[in-house]
Amino acid sequence: MSEASSLVLTEEQQLIQETTRDFVADQCSVDSLRQLREKREDAGFDRALWKQLAELGWTGIIIPEEYGGAELGLAELGVVLEELGRKLAITPLISTLVAGAGCLVRAGSDEHKAAILPAVCEGDLLLALACQETARHDPYSVSTTARKDGDGFVIDGAKTLVLDGAAADRFIVVARTSGDSGERSGLSLFLVDANETGLSRKPTFLIDSRTCADLTLSGVRVDSGALIGALGAGADILDPVLDSVAASLSAEMLGGVLDTFERTVQFLKDREQFGVKIGSFQGLKHRAARWFCEVELSKSIVLKTLRALDSNDVQAPELSAACKARLSDTFRYSGEEGIQMHGGIGVTDEEDIGFYMKRARVSELLFGDASFHRDRFASLQSF
Amino acid sequence: MSALDTFRSETRSWLEENCPAAMRTPPEKTDTVWGGRRSTFPNEDAKIWLERCVEKGFTAPEWPTEYGGAGLSREEVRVLRSEMKALRCRPPIFNYGLLMLAPVLLEYGTDEQKAEHLPPIARGEIRWCQGYSEPGAGSDLAGLQCRAVRDGDEIVVNGQKIWTSDADVSDWIFCLVRTNTEVPKHDGISFLLFDMESKGVSVSPIPLISGASPFCQTFFDDVRVPARHLIGKENGGWTIAKRLLQHEREMLSESTAGARPTQKKTLVDVARESLEVPEGPLTDGVLRDELAQLYMDRLCYSATLERSRDQALAGIGPGPETSMFKLYLSELGQRNSDWRHRVVGARGLGWDGDGFDDEELQTTREWLYGKASTILGGTSEIQLNIIAKRVLGLPD
Ligand SMILES: Cc1cc2nc3c(=O)[nH]c(=O)nc-3n(C[C@H](O)[C@H](O)[C@H](O)COP(=O)(O)OP(=O)(O)OC[C@H]3O[C@@H](n4cnc5c(N)ncnc54)[C@H](O)[C@@H]3O)c2cc1C
Repeated sequence: MSEASSLVLTEEQQLIQETTRDFVADQCSVDSLRQLREKREDAGFDRALWKQLAELGWTGIIIPEEYGGAELGLAELGVVLEELGRKLAITPLISTLVAGAGCLVRAGSDEHKAAILPAVCEGDLLLALACQETARHDPYSVSTTARKDGDGFVIDGAKTLVLDGAAADRFIVVARTSGDSGERSGLSLFLVDANETGLSRKPTFLIDSRTCADLTLSGVRVDSGALIGALGAGADILDPVLDSVAASLSAEMLGGVLDTFERTVQFLKDREQFGVKIGSFQGLKHRAARWFCEVELSKSIVLKTLRALDSNDVQAPELSAACKARLSDTFRYSGEEGIQMHGGIGVTDEEDIGFYMKRARVSELLFGDASFHRDRFASLQSF
Repeated sequence: MSALDTFRSETRSWLEENCPAAMRTPPEKTDTVWGGRRSTFPNEDAKIWLERCVEKGFTAPEWPTEYGGAGLSREEVRVLRSEMKALRCRPPIFNYGLLMLAPVLLEYGTDEQKAEHLPPIARGEIRWCQGYSEPGAGSDLAGLQCRAVRDGDEIVVNGQKIWTSDADVSDWIFCLVRTNTEVPKHDGISFLLFDMESKGVSVSPIPLISGASPFCQTFFDDVRVPARHLIGKENGGWTIAKRLLQHEREMLSESTAGARPTQKKTLVDVARESLEVPEGPLTDGVLRDELAQLYMDRLCYSATLERSRDQALAGIGPGPETSMFKLYLSELGQRNSDWRHRVVGARGLGWDGDGFDDEELQTTREWLYGKASTILGGTSEIQLNIIAKRVLGLPD
């Protein structure tokens, strides 16, 4: 068995983990998230932090070497995201690297790649995937249209919950070039500049202090070079990219799960009632022990899925669905158990645990919740 | 080619040559070869397969060759397992001697004890049963009362065990006995081996809700056991007893998935038949959702087992988290058989007789028998206690 498929971190991954852990200890905390929440008018994240991540090489971690990246896999990026996720750090890693650069690396023209990827590695350019239109994630429900016009296209429609869309420099817009909303075929991807005439964006501040954007596209004109991949076959790019996004987001969620769990177990050891530590009550012990099992299962599926995606395993799509479903459920459960076991302090804004529950809800609904992914899993397995 | 690659290709060709074709199909419940003096085989191929494995040391590949093993390294055992899995070779034998007793004998037995007991286990000649639980000592195992008193070179055993799986068909027992009543309960227990044919041993099977009787009440009336069959120190049996429970949990976290019967029809097959939906999405959306959840949880569980094996290879673990495997797999197994039983509807309500085929009757029996899995080998609640204490370090 090769080292790469082992579900134990490689030496390199351990090194990345330690580096990120030190960085996070130094730079990220729930307090920095509180500050970000107060500022609000900002891009939705701390640009200085992003610059530092670029210096570490993380902003190009999965980008091919020829464009200035480190050409590592999602397994390595996952390690970074998990550590950042522990302290609920907000960075556009998933939107820019996994979603945005992911589409370009897969299907972008040489011109696109050369123009964009080096700047992404430098931390100078941000991308966002403008896909969702409906209240719940449903990637083929696309009514936005791209109409052929001369040697270009004219895009009309609206997008919602565009992750990191408030700060993005370029959007990858999913639009319909044929067929009806709900159909897998007929989707096309376009690279659209954020300053393009006819495109307007409205930042949306979410419960977890993350910023998304709603986009309106009215008569946005792009030339034919803006098309990514083949006309009408956008889903062939979108599907695997969304799998990678779901798995990467799961890695970030795992960090949140771990921190919620660990800080709650510590609380059980510290807090006294009835003259004893509350962790001595069997009613809480058993809940904590069950929670532990869910956490362990979550760790395994994240490791397994990221490795499967890196090696283009045929099982990767269903693993991605299983992974995002599990992490959606486990993160929600972790937030709920965490708050309940903290008692009254758990529902105050002063205590950090509530931030984790809010992040859990947003991450759960981004790119499909457990219900969505169970349905997807069942379809992939043909039942 | 690395030494391990060479080993892999040699092992593969050995398996291809020596594992009969009939031993490369999923086993049914009745296909398990238990071994022992009264060993039975479902067919001639099963017997041949066992004999060939015995000769090669493959029934206990990681043991030293002097005890009937193959003396393989951990990496080699792993290769052997993955090759067996790839060729879908059945385990040649499955029993408690091999999986529970032998590991503690290797750790705590004297050279004489190992030489006496391990080779017959490797050859599948002696079938062992586990004499732990008593009517008054289940979860509180250390509260056991079965009395053993030294008399010269012998130890005399009096008392009762209960829920002793397969006691009626086993040859020897590994038994926990009380050798000191004056000290705290954990400090007066000894770990003793004896022949079930000894004078004074009697067994009486207990029927289960599934109709089967795999376990017994076991009585000891002045059973005289040579003192050399005491493993470890007199009154030092608790440490060994706990160690064995860890191996039992390990066995339960893999065997229920592997060696236990795998029904021919998958859950999807069963649902398609019952719902009369030959293709396309299952029409009952709730059942479909539950099924996806079950399959996904299986995936997560097997990824966790895989991770734990990879960690072992990397020299990490295994620790008290074996409790998690036991806990999770037993519950997952129950959900599985409960789901199957619910989905078949009316076809699953028959007890016996005409009108229901074997697979349907088996579905019912498995659902019922499955209820035992969260009780045997330490109940789920006990596993949760262990996790809370030993893994999470929560206070008493
Ligand atoms: C099919 C089967 C095969 C078996 N095979 C063998 C065998 O081969 N050899 C052998 O020695 N034994 C065997 N057993 C016995 C098994 O190990 C015991 O049944 C088990 O340990 C539970 O003990 P008990 O039945 O006395 O239940 P009890 O200990 O009386 O438990 C009753 C209930 O109380 C709960 N409980 C008890 N203590 C606690 C606690 N501290 N905290 C929270 N809840 C608690 C339990 O979880 C359970 O729900 C077998 C059992 C079954 C069902």
